[in-house]
Amino acid sequence: MAGTEVMRDLQSAATSHRGDRIFNRTITALAFTALAVLAGITVFLGAQAVPVFQTLGISYLTTTAWDLTTTPPQAGIFGMLYGSVLLSVIGLVIAIPAALLLAIFMVFLAPPALAKVLTNVVDLMAAIPSVIIGLWAFYILNPVAEEWEILLNQYLGFIPIFQNNSGNFLGTPFIAGFVLAIMMIPIITAVSREVLARTPPELINASESLGGSLWTMLRYVALPYGRGGIVGGIMLGLGRALGETIAIFFVLKIVFDTNWYQIIESGGGSVASLIVSKFGEASAGLEIQLLLAAGFFLFVLTLIVNVIANLIVSRTGRLQR
Amino acid sequence: MSTAEFEKSIEGLEVELSDSRAGLPIEMDARDISVWFGKRKVLEGVSIPFPKKTVTALIGPSGCGKSTFIRTLNRLHELIPGAALAGEVLYEGKDIYSPDVDPTHIRLKIGMVFQKPNPFPSMTIRGNVLSGLKLSGMKRPNHDDIVEETLRAAGLWNEVKDRLNAAAGELSGGQQQRLVIARALAVQPHVLLMDEPCSALDPASTLKIEETIRELSKEITIIIVTHNMQQAVRVSDYTAFFLAAENEPGYVVEQGPTTDIFGNPRDQRTLDYVNGRFG
Ligand SMILES: Nc1ncnc2c1ncn2[C@@H]1O[C@H](COP(=O)(O)OP(=O)(O)OP(=O)(O)O)[C@@H](O)[C@H]1O
Ligand SMILES: [Mg+2]
Repeated sequence: MAGTEVMRDLQSAATSHRGDRIFNRTITALAFTALAVLAGITVFLGAQAVPVFQTLGISYLTTTAWDLTTTPPQAGIFGMLYGSVLLSVIGLVIAIPAALLLAIFMVFLAPPALAKVLTNVVDLMAAIPSVIIGLWAFYILNPVAEEWEILLNQYLGFIPIFQNNSGNFLGTPFIAGFVLAIMMIPIITAVSREVLARTPPELINASESLGGSLWTMLRYVALPYGRGGIVGGIMLGLGRALGETIAIFFVLKIVFDTNWYQIIESGGGSVASLIVSKFGEASAGLEIQLLLAAGFFLFVLTLIVNVIANLIVSRTGRLQR
Repeated sequence: MSTAEFEKSIEGLEVELSDSRAGLPIEMDARDISVWFGKRKVLEGVSIPFPKKTVTALIGPSGCGKSTFIRTLNRLHELIPGAALAGEVLYEGKDIYSPDVDPTHIRLKIGMVFQKPNPFPSMTIRGNVLSGLKLSGMKRPNHDDIVEETLRAAGLWNEVKDRLNAAAGELSGGQQQRLVIARALAVQPHVLLMDEPCSALDPASTLKIEETIRELSKEITIIIVTHNMQQAVRVSDYTAFFLAAENEPGYVVEQGPTTDIFGNPRDQRTLDYVNGRFG
């Protein structure tokens, strides 16, 4: 008989157990608390951005300047936002291949004992505070990286990104990006290792039985299989890179002049480091507001990068034909 | 000729006469294979010839080394850490384990289908069929033709021809198993090893795959492990019965034409096993 059936409520029956109900409600409440905190931070920072926009307009986002002695004051963080992205890109270009190779080595090539040691070392590396990495970079990495940059400039200087006009090879986006890579590699490696180790053995068997080598197996089977997880690891690393403050502060010379692409030229930008470099001396309400607004836009930038990354994942998520 | 020598020659003769494989062209010949995992010996002295374009069933109770044996036939065995082997496997007149033989070549010529259907989830149906070409770097033209030909051979073409670009994971278990058969065929193997290919499937899919096996055996040599006695009778020309005492290496108790093994076994243990009295 059509039209007479009564749809039964299976969902609430599935959670009818009392313990389950309490558990569900607690979890839901906690999840909403997390969301509420996030929303609170956004609103607080956003509220600071409003008066800044009223005073400076869109030029706060499109220009690069920081001179509060003039009237009206001149402030623009474009170079800082752009610098944050540039440093992250440099960091990723170094960190992704290094981390993937390390993870592949640990999962598929290293003897188990060595893999175990490496796993622990990598996990420890992820836990090093960034101020330590900053100090290390300032005293140890700087002179070494300077040599690399001079070599890069000597042999590849004809490529625009390796140009250097000032003769000063310190405080460059390259060194800062390299420091970010050092901080991202343990995160991306740890996640990729977990993901690759979970490649189903039957898929590896299938690849072997079809004459696959380790490299073709990785390329066509293991990496596509773990793609989602690996990209997740990269996003975790990138999150740390975009927000990284103190380590960058040690090695990057912040200049209010957009350095578009000369990565081994002294001077660059980073929103987070801008904030820390200016916050100590900031006195008047306006400067504090400007810095908080910068924080807000760093937050927005992070969101945008995440959205773009998600789009990339779903694009490349197409099946191999 | 001494009496002992005479008896020995008679014995050899008897084996040859009693086994109809004697005169046939042999595709692959496993000779005196013993296998170890670490210190533990799990197979001892297994010798089985596989005549060209026939189906050989490997039967025996769980844990007697059938999977282990079949994996020595395409050099998958050596990929397990601690795996060792004695004896030889002759293929194309040559021991596949001799140092100048490329294991990739062997694995391409001797394909394998596993117990659990294992299509690549990140590939389409079509991508799966062609995956062996990518993985091994083998060059074959006319991919569309290969896809159709192998899917037809695996008895799957009609069910998937309109959705070749769908995810392989959308197929049912039985369809997935036929897909991986097509995938194995795309690299043009001469031998196909199948380790309990139907044990995870429903009866209808099982019959489809058995049909496929019979069809394929007109072109290639098939070696199949099965726990299903009726299946062994239905699909195979020859049968080898494996057995292992507890914590002892497995060995072949009896082998020969399937009709003999099931209809007229010489060994009491074979009789008991094929009649379901143990194992
Ligand atoms: N990777 C391995 N490492 C160590 N021992 C193994 C390994 N694989 C199999 N064995 C051992 O080798 C013996 C034979 O196993 P195998 O899987 O070949 O049996 P089988 O006849 O295929 O059994 P089944 O019918 O249950 O599939 C078993 O005792 C098993 O414990
Ligand atoms: Mg088995």
